[in-house]
Amino acid sequence: MNIYEKMMSIDRRILFVLIALSVIIPLLKPLLLPINVTKEAKHLYEFVDELKPGDVVLLSLDYDPSTMAECHPMALSILRQCFSRGIKVIVTSLARPEGLGTAEMALTQAAKEYRKKNGEDYVFLGYKPNAAAVVLAMGENFRLAFPNDFYGSDLENIPMIKGLKNYKNIRIVVTVSGSAIIDTWVIYAGGRYGVPIGAGVTAVMATDYYKYLQSGQLVGLLGGLKGAAEYEKLIKHPDMATKGMDGQNIAHLMIVFFIIIGNIGYFLGKKAKASKGMGG
Amino acid sequence: MHISSSIGIWIAAFLTLFVYSFLYKDNPFYKFAEHLVIGLSGGYYIVTVWTQILKPKLFTPLLQQGNLILIFPLILGLFMWARFIPKYSWISRWAIAFTLGVGSGISIPSVMQAMIIRQIQATMLPVGFHSYIGWMNLFIIVGVLTSLIYFFFSAEHKGFLGVSAKIGIWFIMIGFGATFGYTVMSRISLLIGRIQFLMTDWLGVLH
Repeated sequence: MNIYEKMMSIDRRILFVLIALSVIIPLLKPLLLPINVTKEAKHLYEFVDELKPGDVVLLSLDYDPSTMAECHPMALSILRQCFSRGIKVIVTSLARPEGLGTAEMALTQAAKEYRKKNGEDYVFLGYKPNAAAVVLAMGENFRLAFPNDFYGSDLENIPMIKGLKNYKNIRIVVTVSGSAIIDTWVIYAGGRYGVPIGAGVTAVMATDYYKYLQSGQLVGLLGGLKGAAEYEKLIKHPDMATKGMDGQNIAHLMIVFFIIIGNIGYFLGKKAKASKGMGG
Repeated sequence: MHISSSIGIWIAAFLTLFVYSFLYKDNPFYKFAEHLVIGLSGGYYIVTVWTQILKPKLFTPLLQQGNLILIFPLILGLFMWARFIPKYSWISRWAIAFTLGVGSGISIPSVMQAMIIRQIQATMLPVGFHSYIGWMNLFIIVGVLTSLIYFFFSAEHKGFLGVSAKIGIWFIMIGFGATFGYTVMSRISLLIGRIQFLMTDWLGVLH
């Protein structure tokens, strides 16, 4: 095996170890690389920031443990922004039943930090199948979709819900999603009922949703861990996403480096083979 | 350094390591974690469906509060199970037909509006050669039209059509590149999330 072939066939286990190290070392010794805030994240932040205390935000935490690394920091940041400004929050989790645990975890953590009370400052409605039907039903009346909250309390007996009927009483719907449920929110809640929609999505999904930004169907968009770190910077509450960004940057550089190595090996190897062929 | 004393954290940490052991090679520890997650997800799903949906939203209102209209979705739901009895499997088609009919009726107008008409509107942009935005708008329009031409197969891609399709494929490839870049970012983020868990919650070396 010549040098060029070696460059193209580095043992994948060596690459795995290097990627792991490029994540672990910056976590132990942070480099504090700058995080630039994109206009997509800023627009969402500014929309929520302009709301008045007492306004209501519907936050749909539509992710489960498999996408928690990216979505959970976004959910926490948006909850922290709302609670710190006295904005009330209705929380749903419509993608999968597995998302109930992660949604409740984010909600209780943020509520504890800001000493917010269930039923007064926030309501957790939980999960119901058939997201499109649920989103449409909430457009008519929240009670149609959720007669009770997640803990079994009748919605009529929850102080925060009194006077709230449907999306007309909501200033914005923000969906933090690890699935295509964001389309459901845009099509039905945004398209049919005209409520502004903001979104936080996993990085792998982000490119699919820029079209909604350009058409004005989304107020703002957070994409992956970077989007979460941007929001943490905007609310001035750096947390797990910010800490992870150094590792993200170094791992990306490592991947780019090995892509270049592989390509150099390929092209030089091809050239060497061609000149060898010509010579002999 | 403060190692966790929670048994739940230890189990989660070991399961994480079991899953990552696959990177070396397939092994019984990975297989164990893989089977566990499938079984656990199934069990969790069944319990959640019962406690969050069937009991509070169907059986309690129907049997205790006398909300008789719920008999219809209950019957339709039971029809679905007819698929397991070959002789009566045709009954399940009624439930499927109902779901498809309602679903299509609800979604077709809304999807047309939100995903086609709004997107076409968003492509009708003012073009100008004296501003950055004007050039960018032109870029979007050319990108949309040439990408659409690439997927137009009713005429041979030659001449103007061929050149346009070639430009279209470049736009599509750039789109794939951006998606791949984001995919890499996403996968690294998942690794970061797990390593943060191991170093923070389990080993306590990070705060």
